[in-house]
Amino acid sequence: MSPILGVWASQNYPRITSSYESIATVTVGAGGSSTITFSSIPSTYTHLQLRILGKNNAADNGAWNIFLNFNSSASTSNTFHYLLGDGASVSAGASTGNTHCIAGVFAGSTTTTFSNSIIDILDYKNTNKYKTIRSLNGVDFNGSGSMRFYSNLWQSTQAISSIDITSEGSKTITQYSHFALYGIKGS
Amino acid sequence: MAAGSTYTPIATTTLGSATNSVNFTSISGTYTDLVLVGSFQTSANGTNPGVYFNSSTGSVSQTSLYGNGSAAGSFRLTGYGFIFFGGGGDVANVESNIIIHIQNYSNTTTNKTSLIRYNQTSEATYAIVAMRNNTAAITAVNLTTQAGNYKAGSTFTLYGILSA
Repeated sequence: MSPILGVWASQNYPRITSSYESIATVTVGAGGSSTITFSSIPSTYTHLQLRILGKNNAADNGAWNIFLNFNSSASTSNTFHYLLGDGASVSAGASTGNTHCIAGVFAGSTTTTFSNSIIDILDYKNTNKYKTIRSLNGVDFNGSGSMRFYSNLWQSTQAISSIDITSEGSKTITQYSHFALYGIKGS
Repeated sequence: MAAGSTYTPIATTTLGSATNSVNFTSISGTYTDLVLVGSFQTSANGTNPGVYFNSSTGSVSQTSLYGNGSAAGSFRLTGYGFIFFGGGGDVANVESNIIIHIQNYSNTTTNKTSLIRYNQTSEATYAIVAMRNNTAAITAVNLTTQAGNYKAGSTFTLYGILSA
């Protein structure tokens, strides 16, 4: 439901001319990047959505975790659950006390195949709540790959004003990877 | 930084009669991502609905994750002509819904990866990642079936998302 939250909000409530807005976009250039940062995120929205087309330089057709850090925090205040299908079986897991959220995987691709992620950060500016993040992510390499759901909790009541995105293994995020941050307004 | 309204309906189709083919063609390269939302019924059991792109079947693979109320599972399909939404257990005359996200559809550099959510209460709920092994920009989204039709009254809307 949330990937089209902006559309449903505008259909079922008094018309708002713009409920789903683009905040900022990063397309990785030649040479790649170790960190993608969205900073000075305005507090004018209710929710955030981050859409990623991602690949790193592992070149192993593997799956490398996408790490999210909020407000440059390095505290061990992140927990997550995941559900994963690898084309043959289903697995699930959880972890607490992490220094980052996990939003899915980058493609460690040997070709021009990238992973897709749609990440919803709900009530991001609310200073009375811990922050919940949900993610739909997948990569298919034509013979391998995975489809994943993630649910994360950042145990902080801080309003989110910045997001840093990095790859597991400190891999370089490669050229043509695309990161788009959107804001979703309430009525 | 905001770019104004960025989630724009491109086209909507409401079927006046049953068909096994629903096509969105001549899609502009203006947007960043495409999202197709559908609410439909099929005319027969095992219709096995799906999608392909650019009016050209083939060159697709998928990894699917599902739960059917009693079990969860995952399967992979390669070498088929189109991307299957489900596993062939769909039931006729039952409302189904589909959301297909195609990110960075207009670039000519990357293979095209889609994230798909499909729900048919008589079959299962599915999440699918699909890859079209072709770097061509997507200019058409073609909904199809393996057997049987989408019923009259089924609706499909294509949206464009534009990033800053």
